[in-house]
Amino acid sequence: MPRAKVQRKSTAIDMTAMCDVSFLLLTFFILTATARQPDPLDIQIPSSSYKIKVPDKDVAILSIGQGKVFYEIVGQDVKGKTLDNIGERYKIQFTPEERKRFSVLGAFGVPISALKSFIMMNSDEREKYAKQSPGIPADTAGNNELAEWILQNRKAVAEIHNNEPLRISIKGDAREEYPTVKKIIDILQDQKINKFSLITSAAGG
Amino acid sequence: MAELDTSSGGGKKGGKVRSKKVSTKVDLTAMVDLAFLLITFFMLTTSLSKPIAMDIAKPDQQDNDVRLELRASETMTILLGKNDKVAWYMGEAETAQPTIESFTEVRKSLLKNKEDLYKARGRQLVIVVKPTEGATYKNFVDIMDELNIAGIKTAPAIDDVNILDGEKAFMKQAGIL
Repeated sequence: MPRAKVQRKSTAIDMTAMCDVSFLLLTFFILTATARQPDPLDIQIPSSSYKIKVPDKDVAILSIGQGKVFYEIVGQDVKGKTLDNIGERYKIQFTPEERKRFSVLGAFGVPISALKSFIMMNSDEREKYAKQSPGIPADTAGNNELAEWILQNRKAVAEIHNNEPLRISIKGDAREEYPTVKKIIDILQDQKINKFSLITSAAGG
Repeated sequence: MAELDTSSGGGKKGGKVRSKKVSTKVDLTAMVDLAFLLITFFMLTTSLSKPIAMDIAKPDQQDNDVRLELRASETMTILLGKNDKVAWYMGEAETAQPTIESFTEVRKSLLKNKEDLYKARGRQLVIVVKPTEGATYKNFVDIMDELNIAGIKTAPAIDDVNILDGEKAFMKQAGIL
């Protein structure tokens, strides 16, 4: 009786199709990618059933959480111009290097006195700093730097983008107490900003 | 003439020169590995779902000309208290009996009040939202969302300054302030 011969099959698979698919997906993701900026504050956005998307230019985002406020300017040109305005206002000279670094920064929460050193930090230090930073000072009575940032940002947007109004968006933590939010809204209303958007995430129901 | 010598090594004398067949198959495993690695990276770093904007307008605080008298009978005041509770009443604070509800129940009340008013007088319900100190930001977003869901067409008035004493007293009594 002849022994049954087990036929050896090659283990190599044709990878061509898989390769095609994976590169197609890769191309898609690269093209749709907008790098997500790390959020310095731990924020849970409340959900809503609204359908309007947040525009991606001429906006400013105020992040509110744990009683602190962080500010984010959108757009590199606007960031640079706002920094110039702030420098003029507070008599601080910013070097072109600092201006360049600032124009790629995400949300920040730093008093203007520490702004220079904050700009020169690397991302690790910045993350560490954000954990213990007090946010942007927003005393309605005395040191109201937040109001100044908003004002200069509005001026910068108006100058660069032909008097487009700046849209203020508030990204609040769901657990935040209302009085903290009210304080920030009052600062906005002092500048006659009576319309603003609240950033929410899409809900199922 | 220019000719390519495709044979490997010096051909044997007299023997036929046979070009060696090289397989055209390339091992794609490494390439696929790399592609999937990059896909994973880009998938994790992109934010596909864009956040959604809820537009809010508050009355101007300095300009007193924009003040507007509301008809008490067509007004529903919603007070946001702590522990995710709301108190609402129709009409004026002195005479009305406020109802304490949770956020899931307030939708029904909103719809009911809206329907009742429309049937009785053919007019739209006006909403006044008063967030108090005990409320959280989420409560505020939720109530604006409920108004949107209930299809309240008139712009809600958001008033966090003039919380009446009667309202405060009632909320204290109910333990939500």
